Amino acid sequence: MTQTTPDAPVRRQRAQIKVRTLRTDRWWLAPLLTFLALSAFLVYGVWAIFDGSYYLDPYIAPFSSPCLTTSCAEGARLFGWAPIGDWYTLPPGLLILGLPGGFRLTCYYYRKSYYRSFWLSPPACAVQEPHGKYSGETRFPLIMQNIHRYFFYAAIVIGAILSYDAILAVVHKPLGLGSWILIANAVLIVAYTLSCHSCRHITAGRLNHFSRHPLRYRAWTFVSKLNAKHQPLAWASMFSVMGADLYVRLVAKGIIAFPFA
Amino acid sequence: MSYKAKFKVWRGEGGEGKLEDFTVEVNEGEVVLDIIHRLQATQAPDLAVRWNCKAGKCGSCSMEINGKPRLGCMTRMSTFTEDETITVTPMRTFPVIKDLVTDVSFNYEKAREIPSFTPPEGVRPGEYRMKQVDVERSQEFRKCIECFMCNNICHVIRDHEENKPAFAGPRFLMRIAELDMHPYDVADRQESAQEEHGLGYCNITKCCTEVCPEHIKITDNALIPMKERVADRKYDPIVWLGNKIFKRAK
Repeated sequence: MTQTTPDAPVRRQRAQIKVRTLRTDRWWLAPLLTFLALSAFLVYGVWAIFDGSYYLDPYIAPFSSPCLTTSCAEGARLFGWAPIGDWYTLPPGLLILGLPGGFRLTCYYYRKSYYRSFWLSPPACAVQEPHGKYSGETRFPLIMQNIHRYFFYAAIVIGAILSYDAILAVVHKPLGLGSWILIANAVLIVAYTLSCHSCRHITAGRLNHFSRHPLRYRAWTFVSKLNAKHQPLAWASMFSVMGADLYVRLVAKGIIAFPFA
Repeated sequence: MSYKAKFKVWRGEGGEGKLEDFTVEVNEGEVVLDIIHRLQATQAPDLAVRWNCKAGKCGSCSMEINGKPRLGCMTRMSTFTEDETITVTPMRTFPVIKDLVTDVSFNYEKAREIPSFTPPEGVRPGEYRMKQVDVERSQEFRKCIECFMCNNICHVIRDHEENKPAFAGPRFLMRIAELDMHPYDVADRQESAQEEHGLGYCNITKCCTEVCPEHIKITDNALIPMKERVADRKYDPIVWLGNKIFKRAK
């Protein structure tokens, strides 16, 4: 739009419309479903961390991998390694929970979803938020969202470990349904991790001269394609990790006990 | 096929006003702006509306239709049911001059605060040599028609008018990103994006992207990359150290 007057006219008031929104569609549905889905994930996560049935050879539940304590079963330990000694008596999953949890918590997509559904800031576009003041991510604690890239590095490691677990399961039990559930989960977790905006930035997003860095540009192009699917990958990987984790625990508890489980 | 549609249109000067009811004829293939023009021609000759190209390219007829920022000329009447009452109001974030016409000078003030394209010293116009891959990222942002619907819907200023001095809005943060990604721009954009233009206020809820009539991925391709560049600069000690030690070229 072009400016038609050289000087701005005298400031007037915005339209004094008293209602929060004039939207007539079901704008509340998406934040409600997001709230329910994320809440279910949180509740499941808390239960899973304190549930002891996280391993049945060759399956290890993703929420408890890598298992780093001496309390872990021999086969559940990563490369048989248990760097955390007897002194640690809490559930082993608690040790690593912060890494994938922090990655999702600071993820640009999840930020959008929980700012909308939990904090109602705003609940939906063109729907007035209920808060009197707003400072966004300019201050503590939300300024800490800027450390997302460090969680991304950790998430790459966690994704590699879950892939290793899944490959190990397939090698030891190629006809087991659980092995292929773990494989599907690992693929989705890795795809979600690589589609991250920080990954896109690290590959070549920070550069201004793509032409001087052809390999990084190709990587950026690949990550950009994945990045366009970041939202569906975030949901798919969240449900897959929850589903795979529950499956392993149900097998470990003997609740699922058919021959190819 | 014609039918009579029920409309509620905001009428008033300054902030004062109210929604007035109208019943207007609608014909096949028409858009909301056509109906507003019919209202002017038949029932409300003093109804103020800003418009120009009627092709979705000038960005003049931004308004809120059933509560959502839309271009009047690109909103087909066929997207509504015949018994639906359609509410048309001015953009909520900007002061009203009259009826559907708002004073968008906030945007021009913000535009003036951004230093223009700054080439390296000694490089004159006509001497720029750039490869297509180096400029195509910025070219997406050049599609902007400045309808200002992104700035209108952004809750940072829509719901908190007190943030207007500190926040440039998605349109101008995108402009900063465009310049920062330009291979020949040497001005320091990252520090000012955060400190002077309020990039930190953005909580990436993507409403700007949702309303953009040019389908520019404002959040994913401009605001988040800019946030990551600011994180490089201000919040990432490893990148800072790497830049110091290796003097990495960008």
